Amino acid sequence: MTDIHAYENAPEAEFGDYVALLKPRVMSLVVFTAFVGLWVAPVDVHPVIAFCSVLFIALGGGASGALNMWYDADIDAVMRRTQKRPIPAGRVTGSEALAIGLTLSGFSVMMLGLAANWFAAAFLAFTIFFYAVVYTMWLKRWTPQNIVIGGAAGAFPPMIGWACATGGISLESVLMFALIFFWTPPHFWALALFMKEDYHKAGVPMLTVTHGRAATRRHIFAYTLVLAPFAIWLGLTSIGGPLYMAVAVVLNALFIHGGWRILRRDEQTAIADGYAVEKSVFKLSLYYLFLHFLALLVQSWMGTW
Amino acid sequence: MVMALRTEHELHRRRRSRNVGLGIVLASFVVLVFALTVVKVRQGDLMEGFDHQPRVSVLPPEAPTASQQTEEAAE
Repeated sequence: MTDIHAYENAPEAEFGDYVALLKPRVMSLVVFTAFVGLWVAPVDVHPVIAFCSVLFIALGGGASGALNMWYDADIDAVMRRTQKRPIPAGRVTGSEALAIGLTLSGFSVMMLGLAANWFAAAFLAFTIFFYAVVYTMWLKRWTPQNIVIGGAAGAFPPMIGWACATGGISLESVLMFALIFFWTPPHFWALALFMKEDYHKAGVPMLTVTHGRAATRRHIFAYTLVLAPFAIWLGLTSIGGPLYMAVAVVLNALFIHGGWRILRRDEQTAIADGYAVEKSVFKLSLYYLFLHFLALLVQSWMGTW
Repeated sequence: MVMALRTEHELHRRRRSRNVGLGIVLASFVVLVFALTVVKVRQGDLMEGFDHQPRVSVLPPEAPTASQQTEEAAE
């Protein structure tokens, strides 16, 4: 007896494949930072409006993720980590992803404008544009500084959250932006040091490939130094307080120390112990960001300066 | 030998997951918009719906009539 298949090659998409297009793991970071930005703002927001605002910011972030997957399908198909994504796996077509990305972009911006205010909506639209066009289409394949400037897209959500509550921008929201913006390069380059992916074959200029791994180590350390003053400065503003300050001082000391340890190693030592230090600094960087924003949240609940 | 037709194929499971998923999303969206509407109305946000009446608040201030002008002149 012969098997009869209703389809050939890749199976039809299920709902989860469309959810995967929105990059749920990136979305969870967006949800958290946008929520903190909205919550610590000096203006009280009704819980339902706060919930809707964060939801539509996350949806806008997801939409830009779908646009990114549409444009980067060729890169994703080459690299092992991303080969199972819906488009390279053949379950979702590129044009479907493009349609979903564009539709959800417009939808999330409109809904955020109606739920919160039009300044926040315009800010969200700019963020989607920045991630999908400036980062994905332009910088990613052109310069090894791609993730530095592209990191801005990931740093905007707390500013949008703040804008949902206040309708504007202020020093506090700019410093929250700076915290994520300067955190992104050491975070990603630590990952790039031990995830030896074939960026070269995929045509993505990563700093580890273009300038070498020693230069990447120097860059990581430099960015941890640049990052620290902004984290501390945020603690001196109206949303800071003793708890945030204590958390920030400890975490930045640890992060700078981690950057220093990465700087002092060469490839031979790193290969010998299986990139133990690089991996631990990468893990530390995840806690770094999460705990800073958690501290802001708890601080606003405890009362600021 | 006749083999029973399998009516439930793996393909159907995938399609059902899409249909059910989209159904849940749409239903949640309806609930969300309703909740948002209730909150916005309760907060008394400015809404300018068509209410079959000329909106006096947005009309330009009326020019004083002739009788008013004579009254002012008399004062």
